[in-house]
Amino acid sequence: MSRALMTGNVAAAWGARLANVDYIPAFPITPQTEIIETLASWVDEGLVDAKLTMLESEHSMVTAAGAAAATGARVFTATSSQGLLYALEMLYAVAGWRVPFVMVNVSRGVASPITLEPDHEDILAARDSGFLQLHAATCQEVVDFVLLGYALGEDPRVRLPVLVNEDGFQLSFTREPVALPAASDIAELLGTFDPMGSALRGGNPTSQGIAVLDPSAYSYFRYEIHLASRAALAAWDEVAVSFAEITGRRYEPVEVYRADDAEVAIVAIGSFSTKLKEAVDRLRDAGQRVGLVRPLLLRPFPDAQLREALAGKKGVLVFDQNLSMGKGGVLHTEVCSALYGARGAPPIVASFIGGLGGRDLPSEEIYAMVDETLAAVQRGEAPPPRLLFTHRELTQQRRLQVIAGVERAKGGAP
Amino acid sequence: MKDTRFAHLKDIPSAHLLGAGTAMCAGCGGLLAVREIHEVLGDRTVFVNAAGCMTLLSTYPFTPFSGSFLYTAMASAPAGAQGVRDALDVLARKGRLAPEDDLSVVVLTGDGSASGMGLSATSAAIDRGLDFLYVCYDNEGYGNTGQQASATTPLGARTATTERGSVASKKDLFGIWAANRPAYVATAIGSEPVDLARKVEKASKIRGPKLLLVLAPCPTGWGFESDQLVEIGRLAVKTGAWPLKEVEGGKIVHTKVPPKRAPVEEYLRAQGRFAHLFEPSRDEATLASIQQSVDAYWRTVTVG
Ligand SMILES: Cc1ncc(C[n+]2csc(CCOP(=O)(O)OP(=O)(O)O)c2C)c(N)n1
Ligand code: SF4
Ligand SMILES: [Mg+2]
Repeated sequence: MSRALMTGNVAAAWGARLANVDYIPAFPITPQTEIIETLASWVDEGLVDAKLTMLESEHSMVTAAGAAAATGARVFTATSSQGLLYALEMLYAVAGWRVPFVMVNVSRGVASPITLEPDHEDILAARDSGFLQLHAATCQEVVDFVLLGYALGEDPRVRLPVLVNEDGFQLSFTREPVALPAASDIAELLGTFDPMGSALRGGNPTSQGIAVLDPSAYSYFRYEIHLASRAALAAWDEVAVSFAEITGRRYEPVEVYRADDAEVAIVAIGSFSTKLKEAVDRLRDAGQRVGLVRPLLLRPFPDAQLREALAGKKGVLVFDQNLSMGKGGVLHTEVCSALYGARGAPPIVASFIGGLGGRDLPSEEIYAMVDETLAAVQRGEAPPPRLLFTHRELTQQRRLQVIAGVERAKGGAP
Repeated sequence: MKDTRFAHLKDIPSAHLLGAGTAMCAGCGGLLAVREIHEVLGDRTVFVNAAGCMTLLSTYPFTPFSGSFLYTAMASAPAGAQGVRDALDVLARKGRLAPEDDLSVVVLTGDGSASGMGLSATSAAIDRGLDFLYVCYDNEGYGNTGQQASATTPLGARTATTERGSVASKKDLFGIWAANRPAYVATAIGSEPVDLARKVEKASKIRGPKLLLVLAPCPTGWGFESDQLVEIGRLAVKTGAWPLKEVEGGKIVHTKVPPKRAPVEEYLRAQGRFAHLFEPSRDEATLASIQQSVDAYWRTVTVG
């Protein structure tokens, strides 16, 4: 095990390197590009024994990734935002091919308007594709989740591709200390990619990705993908134990931080959890019983673990870094569906939406969210969803709109 | 053409590598070509397919292919071929693929995919020098969805979206491909099996991107009886409407020049999709325009 300071992007590249991948189909997009540039130089220097091919789009990139995995190669790829959406057709397709590989998504908001900054709208658009989905909160988790991703996706019970999400900027460009497992240990954990008899080979004709003509067959195969995804929860327990033996880092599907005796639990995914933990500590210092419950896995959704972690709480505060237009926060909906009707389910599950397009989450806002949740607990009624946006921001926005109006009146560029 | 094992029809193998009983229409020109191509390439072949009529060749749990088949999507079959080829190469280099387990990688798509949403993936595969054979069966429309007009629908042809006949001319996919400078480009047609077999044979001996554009007369979309398939194909060649050619050393060579071109009307008259050019009254302007474009093409051809 060696320790080094590195960005989330370099950590992602290290994940691919340690997994000894065979093939890397690639396409650039900010803030992901450093991953493929790093891997390209490692391939050139002979440090990674893989073929890296630049495709002409992410749609093609994911097609090539799935096709190579269907041919028996261990595949790594990465994208972000518009790229992930551009590839979406193929995400669903290759999940149905039941080909395991790992794709890192460096999350970034999606157009329109255009932004390079992070939120979770891209990754959540892939929620229902059949890919497993792991959300890293630190650069350490980026490399660890890539490795866990291979172990999980290649598990005979699962055989599905895996998305590992790292937040743009907050992780992708932030250097943190990362402990890298020994390559030999990882080689032992993962072995060589096993196509389990279904690889495209001369003399062994197979047909993959093909049509079914009957709805029952279609339903059957779609259910199989769902069940395989659910099976990843059972596989997780074993894989996480083996991983912990190597690294000393034991991951649960849901992290519970100072929440065992909490009155109010905050639920969030991704790198903002670092800030949320800090806020939990401050609130604890002030005598408030607050904790953080963080799903590491979004697909399969760890319903049981969440129910257990949240049972008996008076209120839950879900922080969503995404907005499902016309509904609200995706994580909030998911948490509610896991809790509703469960024994000991908290009566109040409040929804807050923020962090869109790189918007910060200041501690005062975290305290205010907790206060509001406590007030809702007192009232016995959940508050309507809140979009975090300050008066100062609104004033500033109004000013920009005035300028835009003046510019438009002048007949300048739209 | 030297170094070929195909001099006569009887030289073409008939191992029936493509099984019968598929969901294709009777008299499908695309299927005829795929059958001939599979015979020449043999069973160590993977067909990487894009959405189109041929997608329904393999439907769970049956496949007519003796080789393998991978369906991708409408836009990205060449990228699927890239992934398969790259994986085979890297596995061979790492000692995880026995030489006899290797496959020749064939893309199989329709004209709509090839000339529209699949074109950027094709162009990029050529840029990368991918070692593959692209087979485009050109039925001159989006056949699988009911023969709507595609970019390769010819002038005057009635389709589900051009009721009075297409006002656009057929896109020159061969020219676009050739301009990308692949290792090999050719046109072919199933009704000229020896010409087609030689081209597939030739392509299979060349490394790099090889592209074969096969006219695929389509009884359902074009409006002719299934038993007329071969006749329609012959007319396409005889009238000069479908030139048989290949690019060798940067030069276009015509592999079969009709000695005395028959009027293109003979070809058009045989198909329902052009019936409105003749009935209730002759559309002289369109007919002349079609003939002129055929003539203009052949004027550019230097034979010999
Ligand atoms: C992304 C996408 N858009 C549309 C379709 C619907 N579709 C299926 S086959 C097809 C026509 C394809 O035309 P072509 O490539 O010429 O093949 P053909 O059907 O003529 O064999 C279309 C439009 C699809 N499968 N995928
Ligand atoms: S519609 Fe045309 S191309 Fe499609 S299967 Fe039928 S005959 Fe063949
Ligand atoms: Mg077509």
